Amino acid sequence: MSGIGTGYDLSTTTFSPDGRVFQVEYSSKAVENSGTLVGVRCKDGVVMAIEKIVTSKMMVKGSCRRCHIVDLHAGLSVAGMGADGRVIVDRARQEAAQYRSIYGIEIPGRVLAERIASFVHMYSLYWFVRPFGCAVMFGSYSEEEGPQLYVIEPSGIVYRYFAYALGKGKQIAKTELEKIKFDEITCREAIKELTNIIVGKCRDESRDKAFELEMLWICDESLRKCQLVPSALVDEALELAKAAAESDDEDME
Amino acid sequence: MLGVLYFHQQGNAAEKLAMDGGIGQGKKGEKGECCESLVGVKMSAELMELASMDWTNTEHMMGTTIMATAFDGGVVMGADSRTTTGSYIANRVSDKITPITDKVWCCRSGSAADTQAISDYVRLYTAQHAIELGQEPRVKTVANLFREICYSNKANLMAGIICAGWDQFSGGQVYNITLGGSCVQQPFSIGGSGSTYIYGYCDSNFRENMTRDECVEFVKHALALAMARDGSSGGVIRMVIIDSSGVQKVFIPGDKLPMAWQG
Repeated sequence: MSGIGTGYDLSTTTFSPDGRVFQVEYSSKAVENSGTLVGVRCKDGVVMAIEKIVTSKMMVKGSCRRCHIVDLHAGLSVAGMGADGRVIVDRARQEAAQYRSIYGIEIPGRVLAERIASFVHMYSLYWFVRPFGCAVMFGSYSEEEGPQLYVIEPSGIVYRYFAYALGKGKQIAKTELEKIKFDEITCREAIKELTNIIVGKCRDESRDKAFELEMLWICDESLRKCQLVPSALVDEALELAKAAAESDDEDME
Repeated sequence: MLGVLYFHQQGNAAEKLAMDGGIGQGKKGEKGECCESLVGVKMSAELMELASMDWTNTEHMMGTTIMATAFDGGVVMGADSRTTTGSYIANRVSDKITPITDKVWCCRSGSAADTQAISDYVRLYTAQHAIELGQEPRVKTVANLFREICYSNKANLMAGIICAGWDQFSGGQVYNITLGGSCVQQPFSIGGSGSTYIYGYCDSNFRENMTRDECVEFVKHALALAMARDGSSGGVIRMVIIDSSGVQKVFIPGDKLPMAWQG
């Protein structure tokens, strides 16, 4: 407790003298340490890809899911603490189901994104809870709105994006995303681009831990239903990206 | 005498009449007096007659004829105007077609009090939902709110509602919310006690892809037939026509109803 401006980071209920809430800022650090998550809106849907760090060789493939289906037309991916993310997913599913039972139609993407954000925000207001240690990327595809991509941060802020990246490689990934016109390509084509960004640009195979690539899409090809991208497509993209990365390395040498 | 009856809303009519006739121990106009001495007292002819005046204390009902028909780009809704309290016509020019949003309306049948309360709730919820959505909710959404309320309170409600209107996504739509709380979309729908007399007429005269004017004629004639046969329906015909351009109200006075065979 020396000096001005210290001692204000223990609770979300106290602002620092310059108007910041440090606990919320620290929670975004938890997100920055996550495996890279990239998501884009294409002309025919939304697709997200996450680099899921595998901490043990004994872990069964496909466990510790980071991409979750919320409703028929909506899904989300978690960057940061996976367990915190499941609480958000649980709430999102409840909201979607409740909306459907009361109003008789699927919940619009914007409404669900805002409701999730309000939920997340509540955890940045009280001394007896901590903010979520994760950010979520939320995708939906409805007749009315078309494909949409939202990002909800631990502070409860929500924005809609054409493309976005979270986690360790977010800076590199964002630079790469800006180079591609996703509005003009399909989700199937975007799968390869996203895989390439995560495997070829963000990762350093010599240094980084083992990983698994998990992908979620909601597009015309999936009949506008939210689903994990079929593993055959993911594997194919992965092989291509790895081959490309290797040939790049050879060129460098 | 009637004044006293109005004050005593609880207990049966005979008790109150007995009180008023000086048989009981109660004083005039006081609420909640009991009439223990009634036991064994024989009713006079005057009391017997008064006991049949059920319209003084029974619920206002809309023994009704209501209907709605969808056409390409809108809906035509129609209703008679009779509200009864037992056999007494409490209102001969009632308006049973009620707005929920600008372009979604409902026809009410059953208990007047219940259906007014339900439509008030639905109007409130719909208005709040419109703010969250940033646009007017769909007809289907409004119909589902009716269903939700009617189903979850079905033991305490007496309400048959036809919810109809226009939205930019699905055009003109008609939803029938039944007594039990189911919600069914139909090309046209009829309801209320008078509807039982016109099922045959409607089935044989309804055609798909009718124009707006054809729908108006269809609704008008069907309602007139029901009003002629059903004792609990009558008065005037009120119609509401909703399409993308707005809402139009039509009024047909009781002496201008289309005439069928009068026997």
